[in-house]
Amino acid sequence: MATEKQNSTTVPTGDTLVDRLKVLIHSVLSNRRCAVGLTLLTPIVILTVLAPIIAPYNPTETHMGAQLASPGGKFLLGTDHLGRDLFSRVLYGGRSSLLLGVTSTGLAMSMGVPIGVFSGYIGGRVDELIMRLMDTLMSIPSLLLALLIVAMMGPGLFNAVIAIATVYTPRIARVVRSSTLSVKQEEFIRAAEARGESRLYICFREILPNISSPVIVEGSIRVGFAILTGASLSFLGLGTQPPTPDWGYMISTAYDHLWSTIWYWLWPSVWLGATILGFNLLGDGLRDVLDPRVEESKVM
Amino acid sequence: MSHESYPTDRKNWNSILEVDSLSVTYETPTGGVQALRDVSLSLETGETVGIVGESGSGKSTLALSLLQYLDDNGQVTNGSIQFKDREIQNLPKVELQNLRGKQIAHVPQDPNTSLNPSLCVGEQISETIREHEDVTNQEARERMHEILKTVRIGDPEYNAERYPHELSGGMQQRVLIAMALSCNPELLILDEPTTGLDVTTQAKILDLIQELKDSFDTAIILITHDLSVIAETCDRVTILYAGEVMEQGPVTEIFNNPANPYTQGLLAAIPRVKEDRKLNPIPGKIPDLTEISDGCIFAERCEFSERDCKSGEITTEVVDERTNHQTRCRRWSDAIEDPIEPDIEPDRSSASTSSEELLKAEDVKKYFGENSFFDQIFGGEPPVKAVDGVDLTVNKGETLGLVGESGCGKSTLGSTLLKLLDITDGEITFNGENINSLDSSGLQEFRSNAQIVFQNPHSSLNPRKRVGNQLKRPLKLLTDSNNDERHERMSELLDQVGLDSNYASRYPHELSGGEKQRVAIARAFAAQPAFIVLDEPVSSLDVSVQATILNLLSMLREEYNSSYLFISHDLSVVKHISDRIAVMYLGEIVEVGSQKSIFEPPYHPYTRALLSANPDLDPNRESDRVQLEGNVPSPRDPPSGCPFHTRCPQYMGAKCEHQEPELKTIETDDGDTHQIACHLDEEELADEISR
Repeated sequence: MATEKQNSTTVPTGDTLVDRLKVLIHSVLSNRRCAVGLTLLTPIVILTVLAPIIAPYNPTETHMGAQLASPGGKFLLGTDHLGRDLFSRVLYGGRSSLLLGVTSTGLAMSMGVPIGVFSGYIGGRVDELIMRLMDTLMSIPSLLLALLIVAMMGPGLFNAVIAIATVYTPRIARVVRSSTLSVKQEEFIRAAEARGESRLYICFREILPNISSPVIVEGSIRVGFAILTGASLSFLGLGTQPPTPDWGYMISTAYDHLWSTIWYWLWPSVWLGATILGFNLLGDGLRDVLDPRVEESKVM
Repeated sequence: MSHESYPTDRKNWNSILEVDSLSVTYETPTGGVQALRDVSLSLETGETVGIVGESGSGKSTLALSLLQYLDDNGQVTNGSIQFKDREIQNLPKVELQNLRGKQIAHVPQDPNTSLNPSLCVGEQISETIREHEDVTNQEARERMHEILKTVRIGDPEYNAERYPHELSGGMQQRVLIAMALSCNPELLILDEPTTGLDVTTQAKILDLIQELKDSFDTAIILITHDLSVIAETCDRVTILYAGEVMEQGPVTEIFNNPANPYTQGLLAAIPRVKEDRKLNPIPGKIPDLTEISDGCIFAERCEFSERDCKSGEITTEVVDERTNHQTRCRRWSDAIEDPIEPDIEPDRSSASTSSEELLKAEDVKKYFGENSFFDQIFGGEPPVKAVDGVDLTVNKGETLGLVGESGCGKSTLGSTLLKLLDITDGEITFNGENINSLDSSGLQEFRSNAQIVFQNPHSSLNPRKRVGNQLKRPLKLLTDSNNDERHERMSELLDQVGLDSNYASRYPHELSGGEKQRVAIARAFAAQPAFIVLDEPVSSLDVSVQATILNLLSMLREEYNSSYLFISHDLSVVKHISDRIAVMYLGEIVEVGSQKSIFEPPYHPYTRALLSANPDLDPNRESDRVQLEGNVPSPRDPPSGCPFHTRCPQYMGAKCEHQEPELKTIETDDGDTHQIACHLDEEELADEISR
């Protein structure tokens, strides 16, 4: 990091970084998938973050006599079987769902990226050993593995985050490793070896910046999957614990009242679906935007 | 050759293709790129026209527009293309399909990606025949076998059943040519037919094109960046620069009597085997084609340009009516009178090289495919013997050229000498110390003294780092310097490689290929190394840029008194820069000696074949080549005895097959050490071989 700082003072920098950022933002917005993804995500994130301000009721407050109410009137989106305001619960539920999605993905990335880069760059036996280990983890269906881990550690949001991170680490490591393998062939890596750079420097200063695009794309798609897995865990009662609202948990309890009202399961499902779709579209779009081949053809 | 006798009245000729004042523009977000402007071209039946140009000259665009195959964003804005007196633009799709393949055939550039990997090659050819002609399967197959025979593929019945990956690059190229010829086209477009092939393979393809010219009356358009390919095969040549035709005329006229400063510049920038001369690079770079300024497109880089060259419209002027030699230059008579010609280079003084040993390699071996765990259990293949027992010395201040065809292990040897790859066996000493037993400070010392420059400038710089940082990094790592000193040294380095200091803040993608290579060279020189491995540093560059880089390397060599190991497949380039040359075949050095002695008899039979395959810029040279039979054997399983015996034209029998020849010293008049690894005696090696 130190060298970067020195340079910004000694070298008269152009606005290339700012320009590149501008170009990036422009191309993100002009990419249809990205735009739709962002349109879905932005209101959800804003509503979730501002839940304490917007929410008309305490999400855990029960209203006797108003169970399973339809939307309208006192309750904007209706109430659940205990008479809790669905709108407030959906807003607050996003907090744990989004938190779970983002933190577990972040944790998975912070483990998977170094493993992938290191394994890919070192190669040979070390690589084989690490990758066989990752393959073993990947061969277990993701929900089953997550269940196993939560079952061992006990239910709860924090443990669900750990479980999901463990499930996704090998997948991220795989993607990162394959990108690393292609960058490793580049001659600037051999030039770095020829001047005696340490492995750590080559991994994280030479290779990592060049694989940032696939890492970002993988990450944004993974958030969607992580929320889904988290919701499944909550659905099974192993994630967020009642009475804390959570989309997955809400859907799970709504399951019992499927024939009484559609509103109870509709709202959390819509929110969950829109979020997952949003992250997936954003990831897909970012893949197009950050793809150097597409970028080059634009420059041409 | 047919171009000696041109009839005075060209109207008598049977013109097959007339391109008149063609302009093509590509729409891009940054504006329209005018890739071709006012290009006129005509082709007679049976004639071979070469189109030469550097990258960005529009030669591929020209080929694609002849096929009506431009990319979606490309558009013909002006001009006509008439094939047999018929305008082919805006033809209905059905007619166009009939035209392509049947009447106009195209041989694409890269045989590796142009053949369908999952169909055997015979099927791909007969498919083309069935598509265009009303024939039965049996007839198509017979035709296919015939065509394969025509392109000199031995045992067509057997080879037709091969899949593309089972054939060598040269064979694949032949199959593509066969496919193009399968429907007896009237016009054949060859797009860089020999690019990426080894010289010996290239020689065979060129001979094949020569034969096809004689036996078919197909008109051929040959597109290439390599002037020597044109000299060997074409009747007429069109020189393209930045989308305009600079000069066109018969090959002999253009090569012996060029009437355009650009052509002269190109010819002066190419190193030749026959003579020692300085290289005159063309200054500047190809202009941006989004904004075309008035006047001559080449004026900015031209020695002859005067003020009026930069205004008005430059028209095509006729140099010689009789041969239809045309040039797009106002000062062509000045250019003919006082042509750009490189000086004869004095022999590089032997004073600059000493006899003090810098690097010595003894019996160096590098095998690949040390089997992985699973391979060991299940029994893997034998290792690839990329370098198999090489002895080599590089003296202080000396440049050792290392030549050989692709896959001979020359790059592996270069990397092994720098300890970038772990050595399998043998010993390398640098400055008297064995580099395998260096401790970490010794290794750092070695790294600062031994550097490398790679072939591909686009991959040798980290795209995410500014040029300045990439130059400072080795200084920080390998020298004892503070930040200010590093900054100063970085500016000095940029200056030495001829780049402005504002390049320090640029990212690699803002640089051209030649500029990137300069930065890569500057980076290698940063810690003032005594020894630099140059791994094909100019092979992916255009001719005029190549000359600049070669001159830069010579200049830096004087400045730093460094030694080079110059790895290349191009004999002319190696001859130009080297003091001594080593010839490598299948992981072994077969001949080593002074630059002069390699190019004079006695030769190792392999060197002789390489030399005769090296294409020449002299259009009058009679093709007289030593042809090598067969393919390079696999380095997994190299032949016993002499590695070259399977292809050697002077093969003697059992001795070659069983006994491995040692490098033996040949006496020379001037005391050079000239060594050849061959069982033949000196006279046999020097003799003209009879064929």
